Amino acid sequence: MPFVPLRELIATHVRDGMTVALEGFTHLIPFAAGHEIIRQGRRDLALVRMTPDLIYDQMIGMGCASRLTFSWGGNPGVGSLHRLRDAVEHRWPRALAIDEHSHAGLAAAYTAGAAGLPFGTLRGYSGTGLAEVNAAHVKKVTCPFTGETLAAVAAVRPDVTILHAQRADRAGNVLIAGIVGASREAAFAARTLLVTVERVVDALDAPMNGVVIPSWLIAGIAEVPGGAYPSYALGDYPRDNAFYTAWDDIARDRDAFTAWMTRHVLGTSDHAGFLRSVGVAE
Amino acid sequence: MTAPYTPDEMMTVAAARRLRDGAVCFVGIGLPSAACNLARLTHAPNLVLIYESGTVGTRPNVLPLSIGDGELAETATAVVPLPEIFTHYLQGGRVEVGFLGAAQIDRFGNLNSTVIGPYDAPTVRLPGAGGAPEIAAQAREVFVVMKQHSRAFVARLAFRTSVGFGDGGDARAALGLRGAGPRSVITDLGILTPDEQTHELTLTEVYEGTTPDQARAATGWPLRIASQPSVAPPPTALELEVLRDLHRRTKEAHAQRLRIRLSG
Repeated sequence: MPFVPLRELIATHVRDGMTVALEGFTHLIPFAAGHEIIRQGRRDLALVRMTPDLIYDQMIGMGCASRLTFSWGGNPGVGSLHRLRDAVEHRWPRALAIDEHSHAGLAAAYTAGAAGLPFGTLRGYSGTGLAEVNAAHVKKVTCPFTGETLAAVAAVRPDVTILHAQRADRAGNVLIAGIVGASREAAFAARTLLVTVERVVDALDAPMNGVVIPSWLIAGIAEVPGGAYPSYALGDYPRDNAFYTAWDDIARDRDAFTAWMTRHVLGTSDHAGFLRSVGVAE
Repeated sequence: MTAPYTPDEMMTVAAARRLRDGAVCFVGIGLPSAACNLARLTHAPNLVLIYESGTVGTRPNVLPLSIGDGELAETATAVVPLPEIFTHYLQGGRVEVGFLGAAQIDRFGNLNSTVIGPYDAPTVRLPGAGGAPEIAAQAREVFVVMKQHSRAFVARLAFRTSVGFGDGGDARAALGLRGAGPRSVITDLGILTPDEQTHELTLTEVYEGTTPDQARAATGWPLRIASQPSVAPPPTALELEVLRDLHRRTKEAHAQRLRIRLSG
């Protein structure tokens, strides 16, 4: 598990055409890593995230993705992800194939992937349209003990999962505190796990049942302060709800979106530059 | 004397009143979140609120913009992984009430939050399912809160994201869904209740200043009206004060700009 700069981490491990999951449920969304993927011009990614959020809105709008697996694609509490919508409704900047789940279904698919099983099972999808439109990944299975009909979801196995966490120790063990979403499952489901962290510290001082990812599961770590901004890192900085609200106007218009991304993401060389560019860094 | 209030406030208050103190409630974002927290801050201080981000027993001081705001984690009894919320808590039968919103609803309380128009070529791509399908299926009962107008209350859903009573009658039971389904649909014009036999939504309550004719005009199918719709009491001064305080604190909190210190 080497510590490397984010640029090198992405260049080494994320290739065109890969299936990539940037997880973190509202909390600890790896924005810095997503921006670096945009800067490096990756294409044809099959993106996986429960909630695409602004980071996938940005990656989709910048043409990085050709496929999306997701379970809720809005700007939470604000409205639409306009770039996601534009891709689905008008194929701009390119067509985007979607594999759509419910949260319970995608969580089960990640859990199966993490456990090395071919599918996950749940009581779900019964009577909904989702089972029809995502028939390739949602089927029925009969319980061999009770005869009950259950939903089966194909396991999700990303080539690369990227997480953002609060802390790593110098040996590369990683601690996540607060809302974890399906991060652990996405981490174990991946062939390659990459992590960005707020800070590297001498000792994690993790609670005994805390969410600690051992160093030997991780292919590479980059220290990126503010790496979850405009989402948040509990204990370090809060979610920038004002920015999430402001994004609605930025992303609604193709030209405004492209200008914003060109200035703040393509026009900066790293995440510190991005944070200064949007006026958030001290 | 009651102060003037808006239809949105009446809807939120009417929704909040449905929650009994001590209930375990799985909360959707937006209108459901406001109603559930109003209930917690007024008549139901022991209401257990669960958000799909894995926050259990949360007591936010301001309404979260997202279902995963730090406020929810910091005020929770427990923060658990998301898969566990859907397996152990919801699928395991621990959730009494599901509280949902949606873009569209039909006469049997089925919900659409996925698309308007054809799925493969939608005119409007909506956010999608989130936790709603399994909440609608597995919570022991469901409340739906939505503004009532004819584009939202439609004869035929563009997409069935979450099941209410399916095609009516015994259709829900035939699907094997464990929860009882929608108990009430609370709107800005009144309250709709499923008929005990057909499970078709019926207007059973209006508010002061709203009429069955208004509700009928705002519904895309011939709305059934109870023979004697009752009139829900208007918001009390306390309900209005608490709700407005909550929205004021929320607005202030969400407008705060933040600064991040870069080390080195």
